[in-house]
Amino acid sequence: MKGRFGIHGGQYIPETLMNAVIKLEEAYQYYKNDESFCCKLDKLLKNYAGRPSLLYYAEKMTKDLGGAKIYLKREDLNHTGSHKINNVLGQVLLAKEMGKTRVIAETGAGQHGVATATAAALLGLKCEIFMGKEDTDRQALNVYRMELLGAKVNVVSSGTQTLKDAVNETLREWTKSVEDTHYVLGSVMGPHPFPTIVRDFQSVIGKEVKMQLLEQEGKLPDVVVACVGGGSNAIGIFYEFIKEDSVRLIGCEAAGLGVNSNKTAATVPTGTLGIFHGMKSYFCQDEFGQIAPVYSISAGLDYPGVGPEHAHLHDINRAQYVPVTDKEAVRAFEYLSRIEGIIPAIESAHAVAYACKLAPTMDKDKIMVINLSGRGDKDVAAIAKYQGVQIHG
Amino acid sequence: MGRIDDVFKNKKAFIPFITAGDPSLEITEQLIHAMTESGADLIELGIPFSDPVAEGPVIEKASLRALSAGVNTDKIFDMVERVREKNQIPMAFMSYANPIYSYGTERFMANCRKVGIDAIIVPDIPFEEKEELKPFCDQYGIVLISMIAPTSKERILKIVKEAEGFLYCVSSMGTTGVRNEIGSHIDEMISLVKQVKGIPCAVGFGVSSPAQAKALASLSDGVIVGSAIVKLIAEYKEDCIPHVKAYVRDMSRAII
Repeated sequence: MKGRFGIHGGQYIPETLMNAVIKLEEAYQYYKNDESFCCKLDKLLKNYAGRPSLLYYAEKMTKDLGGAKIYLKREDLNHTGSHKINNVLGQVLLAKEMGKTRVIAETGAGQHGVATATAAALLGLKCEIFMGKEDTDRQALNVYRMELLGAKVNVVSSGTQTLKDAVNETLREWTKSVEDTHYVLGSVMGPHPFPTIVRDFQSVIGKEVKMQLLEQEGKLPDVVVACVGGGSNAIGIFYEFIKEDSVRLIGCEAAGLGVNSNKTAATVPTGTLGIFHGMKSYFCQDEFGQIAPVYSISAGLDYPGVGPEHAHLHDINRAQYVPVTDKEAVRAFEYLSRIEGIIPAIESAHAVAYACKLAPTMDKDKIMVINLSGRGDKDVAAIAKYQGVQIHG
Repeated sequence: MGRIDDVFKNKKAFIPFITAGDPSLEITEQLIHAMTESGADLIELGIPFSDPVAEGPVIEKASLRALSAGVNTDKIFDMVERVREKNQIPMAFMSYANPIYSYGTERFMANCRKVGIDAIIVPDIPFEEKEELKPFCDQYGIVLISMIAPTSKERILKIVKEAEGFLYCVSSMGTTGVRNEIGSHIDEMISLVKQVKGIPCAVGFGVSSPAQAKALASLSDGVIVGSAIVKLIAEYKEDCIPHVKAYVRDMSRAII
């Protein structure tokens, strides 16, 4: 069925938006095979975003953990500091080809908002970003970055004031302005065709890993680890390896204070099947289908659902989804900073945390790739606060 | 499907919307009776949802008030059952997909039939996904109301072909909420519909004044009003009944 991943996915959106997603799909189907479009995007990825990103052998970390050989896919080195730019350059370019003059986007940690504001500045489109009030507080630096880039940042004070509410508000704005505006959805979620478009634009990560690792090691990885909120960086690195049965795929969800607490955002262990934000997938919800307030230290993973393709990979046991708590993620944030001199985004630190548990159990000839989806500069103040350290500004 | 067919028989229909459980289910029950007495032809009853993406701030807040007062789907069914003991006005539920789906779609429709709900309106189930609900609606005789919007254009044809009961015509872009100006394309939309078949068309989104209602009713078969009523409920809370009653009377008189 169109736009489905097993039973997941679909297009559960108001009628007002239906023609917009249909036109988007038509445009995407055309432009993804259009030589001039692909050439423009490739150029931007190379000359502007800085691709390919490095695949870095973390030698000290490998020795310290004493197991599998660890490689870091350095998406943190991309322009704007995360993997988000891969999808955004594709979508904003597509929006421009479609004749749209304005883009809107939700953001959690602010990385997707910053990337969208950046691409809009470069390609000359108006830009508005929606961000939950709680997130504008914990990611204040990114708010100012977006404004510097010429975007208008709308603070969302409805609901839980986090990523889910930012998506609600962006969807509402889109129903008002769908004629001239493209919604640059930031993750592999929402109504079809977004989960497919975002996955395709992010799949450059896994393609590069495969090539780089074949060059450096002459073989495929044994394990690929990535953090999962909606799941765009994870699907980006997984996709190339889904057909390679020998490669274990592990998605790390944000467990907040733990999956048995009511302060968690780990959808796979705590969620149930539902229909929300345009898609059928797993969601944290109560018995009457009310979406549950979720929690994580990481604004980017603080989302009550998971992308439909991940839900499917879970159903068919092709990928494994594991919960990682705030505490484990903060420890990994500090660990990677000290052992490799790389400060990871707190989102990516969830993947690092699980890798630290898994690597020592693996043989030394095994290879693990961690998707370091973003850099941690934005999180420094929040982590200091978490650790009770006062930073004077 | 009898009760829905009667709504538009030889008259223009006035369709008020309220959120079930705002400010309490007792008040909702009284409001249904009061609106029936003052001339409502069909009542649209909203099942509150935590994240109502098609709503503007007025109805969103009503949803959150109802949920924080402890309202849930079972309690709403019980309330409707009590209403039906003395009131036969046609009633439709407005719900997002998730409260229906997670309740169990079949169980939901079976309960609708049991308590006497005639139709459902689900803003996040477009034509392409209606198989999610339709088989169960058919099984239990619940009318699934289709919606068209100003952006529907060529989609109107296929939507109308399969539409039942009446058509919910979204007057303007965006979410629900009071507007001063309502798009001028409504007559165009409705004439397209009527070329396909003679299904009644009720216009909603943004309607608040009797003058607006009168103008829209002259182009259509009925008018749906939500936010303007929900605003009165938010303002007067437990004392809202006479205010809503007077408003519904003025509106339903305006469209005759």
